[in-house]
Amino acid sequence: MIRNLAEILLSLMGVLLFTTLILLIAGAPPFAAYIHIFKGSLGSLNKLSHVLNAWIPLTLCSCGLLYTFRIGLWNIGVEGQVMMGAVFATAALRLGMGGEAPLFYLVLAFAAGIIGGGLWALLAGFLKTRGGVNEIFAGLGLNFVAQGIILWLIFGPWKRPGIASMSGTELFPINLWLPQFPGLRMSPVGLFLAIGAIAVTAMILRYTRIGLQLKAVGGNERAAFLLGLNPARNMLLAMIFAGGFAGLAGTLQVSGIYHRLIPAISSNYGYLALLVVMLSNYDIRIAPLVAFFFACLNVGSIQLPMMLQIDSSLSGVIQGILVLAVLGVQAWRARIKIGTQGVKGSPGGANP
Amino acid sequence: MTEIDLTILFAGVVAGAAPIVMAALGETLTEKAGLINLSLDGSILLSAMAGFAAAYTTGSLVFGFMAGAMAGAMVAAVVGIFSIHLNRSQVAVGFVLTLMARDLAYFLGNPYARLHGPQVPSLPIPLLKEIPFFGPVFFNQSLPVYFSLLLIGFCWWYIYRTPAGLRLRAVGEHPKAAYARGIDPRRTQMLYTLAGGLLVGLAGATFSLSVKPGWGRPQGAEGTGWIALALVIFGGWDPIRAAAGAYLFAFLQVMGIYLQGWFPSVPAQVFQVAPFPLMIFTLLFMNLAQKERVVIWSEGRPWFRSMLKWLWGKAPTALGKPYAPE
Repeated sequence: MIRNLAEILLSLMGVLLFTTLILLIAGAPPFAAYIHIFKGSLGSLNKLSHVLNAWIPLTLCSCGLLYTFRIGLWNIGVEGQVMMGAVFATAALRLGMGGEAPLFYLVLAFAAGIIGGGLWALLAGFLKTRGGVNEIFAGLGLNFVAQGIILWLIFGPWKRPGIASMSGTELFPINLWLPQFPGLRMSPVGLFLAIGAIAVTAMILRYTRIGLQLKAVGGNERAAFLLGLNPARNMLLAMIFAGGFAGLAGTLQVSGIYHRLIPAISSNYGYLALLVVMLSNYDIRIAPLVAFFFACLNVGSIQLPMMLQIDSSLSGVIQGILVLAVLGVQAWRARIKIGTQGVKGSPGGANP
Repeated sequence: MTEIDLTILFAGVVAGAAPIVMAALGETLTEKAGLINLSLDGSILLSAMAGFAAAYTTGSLVFGFMAGAMAGAMVAAVVGIFSIHLNRSQVAVGFVLTLMARDLAYFLGNPYARLHGPQVPSLPIPLLKEIPFFGPVFFNQSLPVYFSLLLIGFCWWYIYRTPAGLRLRAVGEHPKAAYARGIDPRRTQMLYTLAGGLLVGLAGATFSLSVKPGWGRPQGAEGTGWIALALVIFGGWDPIRAAAGAYLFAFLQVMGIYLQGWFPSVPAQVFQVAPFPLMIFTLLFMNLAQKERVVIWSEGRPWFRSMLKWLWGKAPTALGKPYAPE
């Protein structure tokens, strides 16, 4: 773990160099940009609560992805799984708009969201195990489909009374909002669930039979099969876990943050979580830290267009360079070790 | 109900498919050498931005296309270096670059958003354009479109009829055997990764300078890279079939616009995402067509078998597997 952290620090220096170069090309003052990102993310308690609001879904998705990576699946569909979780949760909350028993409908929303994300993941899983469609293409296609479903709902059946617009569906009544910390736009429920997800994932992957089976199939599918494990069933199981956590993230986006369904409900957190997990070297202990850093970058860059007239996608550029830098450092380490043992690749070989 | 003018419809299909053809052919070349460049979706956007920015700044379309091609090749070079020389997962590097190139395009392209820049003029070919139907469809187009048409035949000829193409396929099928025959697999893979990236870059520039002129967030080419990647599989790693897929896709896209006019009650979003479930179904059908039971069933049914054969395709054996020199 220490060595992994050292790698990240080393990479950070390379990232800083490259990002500065990019900023200079764009004609923006690099130092000012970094200050704005820092102040915009950790400058006040209010800003920190925004960071945590991004950290929660990122962490949940990362936890889910650890199951699928463990078995060697590239669950790019995680983005759509967040969206379908949000859709199912919205459906449940819409039932409860009458005003009676809000707690019941909130619990129902969480159950529905987890089921929605899980079903969407299962669909990609079946396409992989039964249909022979590579999970990258299945997941990606389903992401676009989920986005289409959300837009259709917002402009069709769930449109606001009056006029439908990109601003989303009607706001839920306040009794269907998750409780918030006083003075902050942030819910303790989400924080609790994210921390719980980390603990549960660490436990399952490390100490249970399921974790061992996923690892066995991911390591050598054929050998696992000969040992009596069912690779297809384990893949579907990993997908359900991933989809469930993603669906939970989608539910929190709906019930805790936006209080309605909006077109960008998933906020790219699924795709970003894939980077988080890669950057943390598929390690549950590091993933939450990386997720926190990514959340800071995302939230901190929101005000860049206003302050420096540069696009907020700078955060995405930094995150991408960071992952590339870490991959480079790992390659460098592997090259040093090559004398004693073979080159160890990262999980998830390509086979479309 | 709007009348369809078939000539206009097909001319639109041939023009709209041009960048998709280029991207799918570029990726076919790369994958034939055994490497997957998953970064297509981001590469196309980055090169679209670079192409537009260069053409806008210099006022020269030639510079625009050159900048686009360079951007595509640069992203491909990163994929190549990381997967061929540094032994990292091709999928991981490609995926990171997909996201990063897109964000880089949005970031660097910000000052060029919603500007009116140069556009590729149409260049009708005299005499040939007078041919009824085929004239307006194929010979009343612009240079990038002619290029895309010629590229299909060229790629096929290059891959299957030249010594260089044989070496390319050898590396994709069996790098170790190719090495024993005196071919450097790494160099070959790098070469075709760059060549593929170049074509993907031209595809991007064709978007921002011709098919969907201009730059913005979103540009309108988002998602095309993934379609091109799926088309390579659909084409069974054959350039002509991949191009046929690109035209089929462009046809459906154009039909979507007509359908929208016919069914105004269906929200436009449904038609916009339609290609993606279609992509999944196509891949599903292709897999079914190669299932043992279906193949055996087709033995005594020649008409069915000949249809089935269209759906068969074999990936280069070494596709996605890193080559480690001894």
